[in-house]
Amino acid sequence: MRDVSYAFGDRPIFNGLDLRVRRGRITAIMGPSGTGKTTLLRLITAQITADSGQVVVFGRDLATLGRAEIYALRRRMGMLFQNGALLTDMDVFENVAFPVREHSDLPEPLIRKLVLTKLQAVGLRGAAGLMPAELSGGMARRVALARAIVMDPEMLIYDEPFVGLDPISLGVILRLIKHMNNALGITSIVVSHDVQELSTIADDSYLLSGGRIAASGTPAQLRASDSAAVRQFMSGGAEGPVAFHYPAPDYAAQLFGVEER
Amino acid sequence: MSAGAGNAYLLEGVRRLGSVALFLVRLLMQCGPALGRPALLLHQIYNAGARSLIIIMLSGLFVGMVLGLQGYDLLQRFGSEEALGTAAALGLLRELAPVITALLFAGRAGTALTSEIGLMRATDQLTAMEIMAVDPLRYVAAPRFLGGVIAMPLLTAIFSVVGLYGAQLIGVQLMGVDKGVFWSQTQGSVDLHDVNEGIVKSVVFGIACSLIAVYEGYNAEPTAEGVGLATTRTVVASSVMTLLLDYVLTAEFL
Repeated sequence: MRDVSYAFGDRPIFNGLDLRVRRGRITAIMGPSGTGKTTLLRLITAQITADSGQVVVFGRDLATLGRAEIYALRRRMGMLFQNGALLTDMDVFENVAFPVREHSDLPEPLIRKLVLTKLQAVGLRGAAGLMPAELSGGMARRVALARAIVMDPEMLIYDEPFVGLDPISLGVILRLIKHMNNALGITSIVVSHDVQELSTIADDSYLLSGGRIAASGTPAQLRASDSAAVRQFMSGGAEGPVAFHYPAPDYAAQLFGVEER
Repeated sequence: MSAGAGNAYLLEGVRRLGSVALFLVRLLMQCGPALGRPALLLHQIYNAGARSLIIIMLSGLFVGMVLGLQGYDLLQRFGSEEALGTAAALGLLRELAPVITALLFAGRAGTALTSEIGLMRATDQLTAMEIMAVDPLRYVAAPRFLGGVIAMPLLTAIFSVVGLYGAQLIGVQLMGVDKGVFWSQTQGSVDLHDVNEGIVKSVVFGIACSLIAVYEGYNAEPTAEGVGLATTRTVVASSVMTLLLDYVLTAEFL
């Protein structure tokens, strides 16, 4: 991404953002809530287009592509949503089989083998007959991961994969992300604010702040940064450049004043 | 209301109309591919049609029975009870069956469509499909739209038949109109033109109601409140649109 700007209505989200994801590596994109991490993913997947600047994916500038070309490009990527986004009217097996059925005419026995191997990879082969509503949060995310890799994508995008998971599920997801990257050589983009978890697996990290990249480098480099904003985020401090308080009128004046609220 | 506010309402109305029209064009473009997926389509016809059968048949029966009572009461004042069959059949075929079926469809199937699609939007399922390079318009919206369009005339036909049976039940069995006269009058005075009017109306209502339901669901605000509001809008817009179109079509057919 080169010099990307994007505004939501009249609220600017990105302002001259530069970011590079290297092939075959795990890139972490971190940042406080509300800095546009999810918007960044929507730019990469061409759900929205940048107001200015270039977003280049697999060597193609997204702004120059038509709908069909974008769809062709999307077949080469997989995305894991925060809540899994499984289709609720079909069971686990059919959810994973869905992209295959939509994009190929493979015979049924082959689809069955393909889906079962992907489910085995995330440890949920036994859950193939369950409906999405019967799954726990961590299981739903693993099924979604199986679905994301069933078409053998070159790039996998994880949107907040660790949110709301218990320590065991979290460890499982972490290992899976690492494994997908190592074993299959999939380029991975992980968006999250879980600094500790991410730094154990990421090759490169970017820290988003104020609409641009505040810092980049390996997780170790980020931790050693002397920038106050980076240090505050990495250590989780309440005081620092990112204020704990949302801008407000003077506390005492508001409490004892005569204003309506 | 000031002129400024009136203009804003008007502008919003026009914008909405344009957005629905664009949506319809995009939807129609996906209907061809959707027709090639009979399994998906059949499932939606079942959802919109078969699952509305009981409410349609029950309503048809009662509407027919009321027609029998009211019609008999009115006609016997002129000593022409034997025209009951004609009155009931024409009323049902041309007017009551298409309109009431459409209103019931909006409440039963339209709301289900809107809330289902709206919830899919709210839970990122539609976005997930787009990322998987599957057009949700083709996979989700088009089969549901077509299912509704196909189901509506069928439901209307069933409503007419059951309604006519209900009118016969009251007129012949209860009030003692001669059975042979009832049916022969009906047969003699109802012609193809009347049947066509009902069919055209039901198809138009089917398109309007399904389009509104799918559009509202597809464009619902992805929150619990947004889906609720969209569902309400579906019922209100479908009902008003049905009655408005009914007037236009009736004027056209007379």
